[in-house]
Amino acid sequence: MKPVQRRFQPPWSRPSSLQQRLRTALARQPVRRNIARAMNGLVDKRRAAFPDAQTLEALRDQGQAIRDQALDHLPTLLRELEANCTANGIQVHWAETPAEANAQVLDIVRAAGADAVLKGKSMVSEEIGLNAALAAAGIEALETDLGEWIIQLAGEAPAHIVAPAVHLSRQEVAARFRTHFPELEIGEDIADLTALARGLLRDRFARMRVGVTGVNFLVAETGSLCLIENEGNGRLCTTLPEVHIAITGIEKVIARLDQLPPLLRLLTRSATGQPATTYVNLISGPRRTSERDGPHEVHLILLDHGRARMQADPEQRAILRCIRCGACMNHCPVYTRVGGHGYGTVYPGPLGAVLEPRLQGLQLQGELAEASSLCGACAEVCPVRIPLPQLIRRVRRDQRARQARPGLWSLWSRLQARPLQARRFTRALAGLAPALNVALRWLPSPWTRSREPPRLARQTLADLAEQEGFADD
Amino acid sequence: MPESPPSVIFFGTCLINSLAPQAGLAAMRLLKLAGAQVRFPRAQSCCGQPAYNAGFDAQARQVARAQLDALAGTEPVVVPSASCAGMFRHQYPLLFAGHPEQARAEQLAGRVVDFCAYLQRVLAPAWTDHGPPVTVALHHSCAARRELGVTQEAHALLEALAGVTVIEPERAHECCGFGGTFALKQPEISAAMTADKAEALRATGAVVVLSQDLGCLTSLDGYWRRQQAGRQFEVQTGLQVQHIAEFLWQRVASAAVQDGLPPRDTLGAPQ
Ligand code: SF4
Repeated sequence: MKPVQRRFQPPWSRPSSLQQRLRTALARQPVRRNIARAMNGLVDKRRAAFPDAQTLEALRDQGQAIRDQALDHLPTLLRELEANCTANGIQVHWAETPAEANAQVLDIVRAAGADAVLKGKSMVSEEIGLNAALAAAGIEALETDLGEWIIQLAGEAPAHIVAPAVHLSRQEVAARFRTHFPELEIGEDIADLTALARGLLRDRFARMRVGVTGVNFLVAETGSLCLIENEGNGRLCTTLPEVHIAITGIEKVIARLDQLPPLLRLLTRSATGQPATTYVNLISGPRRTSERDGPHEVHLILLDHGRARMQADPEQRAILRCIRCGACMNHCPVYTRVGGHGYGTVYPGPLGAVLEPRLQGLQLQGELAEASSLCGACAEVCPVRIPLPQLIRRVRRDQRARQARPGLWSLWSRLQARPLQARRFTRALAGLAPALNVALRWLPSPWTRSREPPRLARQTLADLAEQEGFADD
Repeated sequence: MPESPPSVIFFGTCLINSLAPQAGLAAMRLLKLAGAQVRFPRAQSCCGQPAYNAGFDAQARQVARAQLDALAGTEPVVVPSASCAGMFRHQYPLLFAGHPEQARAEQLAGRVVDFCAYLQRVLAPAWTDHGPPVTVALHHSCAARRELGVTQEAHALLEALAGVTVIEPERAHECCGFGGTFALKQPEISAAMTADKAEALRATGAVVVLSQDLGCLTSLDGYWRRQQAGRQFEVQTGLQVQHIAEFLWQRVASAAVQDGLPPRDTLGAPQ
């Protein structure tokens, strides 16, 4: 049932662009249905994947400890990683900004003489806008992850960090395929759609000279890159072309190889409920002389983009523990109603509300932190125990410090901090309750757009407590 | 029952103070009935959570400091709202970290306990249910569920009543959409969440919805009353909302004891 809406909107409550985006997303009923259905499925699968609460909590402790250890020693670990990667023949590049990272990719692609690249799924490539940068330089990027490919065809941004096309039903996917490949016979069965995509994509794989992928974890002690996926296309991106470019954020590093299994266990179970992904790729260098396949060059681009600054702040550092499982958005009552496009950022949901204001600046994205009821569902499931509500509050606090306009809040706090005045004030309100309750109903406010306002009682609890002899100094 | 009655401080919360004083009074009476000595410090006002969640820490601290004074002592501080209790227990130590009041904030945090939890765990009353058979839907706030983990206690208090059947709605774990200032900053999403919660509660078939938090009830009640306002001539579309303390009091206090409870004029009862 839809709440009855009041029409009149005073000028001071005009919606911001984020509010408008959220509102639009909220109004898209079919997308909402698709997202809600998919999220319910992921929530159920995650629950089934962690049948024992004690085991889960122990694993979360372990996951948090591994990530904390890495972040506490980030500069040292990154040096170790660089040394070991270099020894393995992996060429390491450091990028401070998205522009730098894009330029580095372009240089490598040009040096390889390629006019197109194969792409494995990578959120960092979304973060830096790599596809657009490549396109501007006349280089085609072919997404190979099925979901990414679907949204690439549709010219859309990912709606979810793990499942980019989650906002589309399979009928909608089929419809998009029909538009793009009118010559083909296209059914609506998921297996058929996957097979079709695979056939079309793999056809082009053989001719590609450069593959670009993300990374799930970087292992400092062995100088290796770990990538997990289910379709096998990621593995093709890293083995088939002559040049493999892996691009990721500096925070993805962990100290030791034996720390990888618990993190993978947490990641796949939290993300999709799988005990493991179909493919686990561990890359420790380009093709060796004795080997018959694999790329001749492997490049690792390490992006900062504000991460070092977050690492330096003991409170903000926690968000860098993130292993990008998506569980926080799957469980978020806001995300599940608006989807990733409602946020309008690469990283949506609670993760995005904390991360994006730091990547893009408070000025641009600080408002994202308001799109949360602080219900704590995210922190409850986060596999590395990131205190997301706490960090969302932190963004709000930093926003307020920047805007520095406590206005009404100063009045409110001054009143509440003076007990006698506060009592007199609430008593006066109670005295005026009948009139105020009528007034509140007609006063335009965001609340009264869809709900009746609360009603003031005619006496305060303080006065009732007094009358009954409970009050005391 | 212990030899000397346990003494407790009662923190009424600003919402209950102005919107549902009968719930606060009922909570104090229940504590007394269960054998506690209840003190309502006059100098209390608000825990400061609204400003804190809005990111105005200095303002929140100013208000919180006044509560440190008002609630000073060694007795447990019983709070009829899991949300406010969570603010005291988990956020005060953070809010005052590195401030001169840190030790006092931590001392208070250690003494604060949710009303249902205190009643059930410490006083463990064995009450007779005087009411007719009824089915109630129980809504736990996110603070009760996640921040404090006191859902069992509220459930147990109700289950102990012979005539009361307790049910929880589908997707019980999901937030009701109130979220304090969230309801004003993101009114559409907030309302969509409230609508879903309200419909899930209605689908339980219960006629009353109870909660240990008034914020959630305010939002649900506002939604149902708006629904009602749009369809004057139809049947009642919503549930009656009630704070769990008020409901408990009505069930366990004999008619004689109930006298003197002021007329209910808020939250669900017609004016
Ligand atoms: S913040 Fe936690 S739950 Fe969200 S994506 Fe990162 S690791 Fe997963």
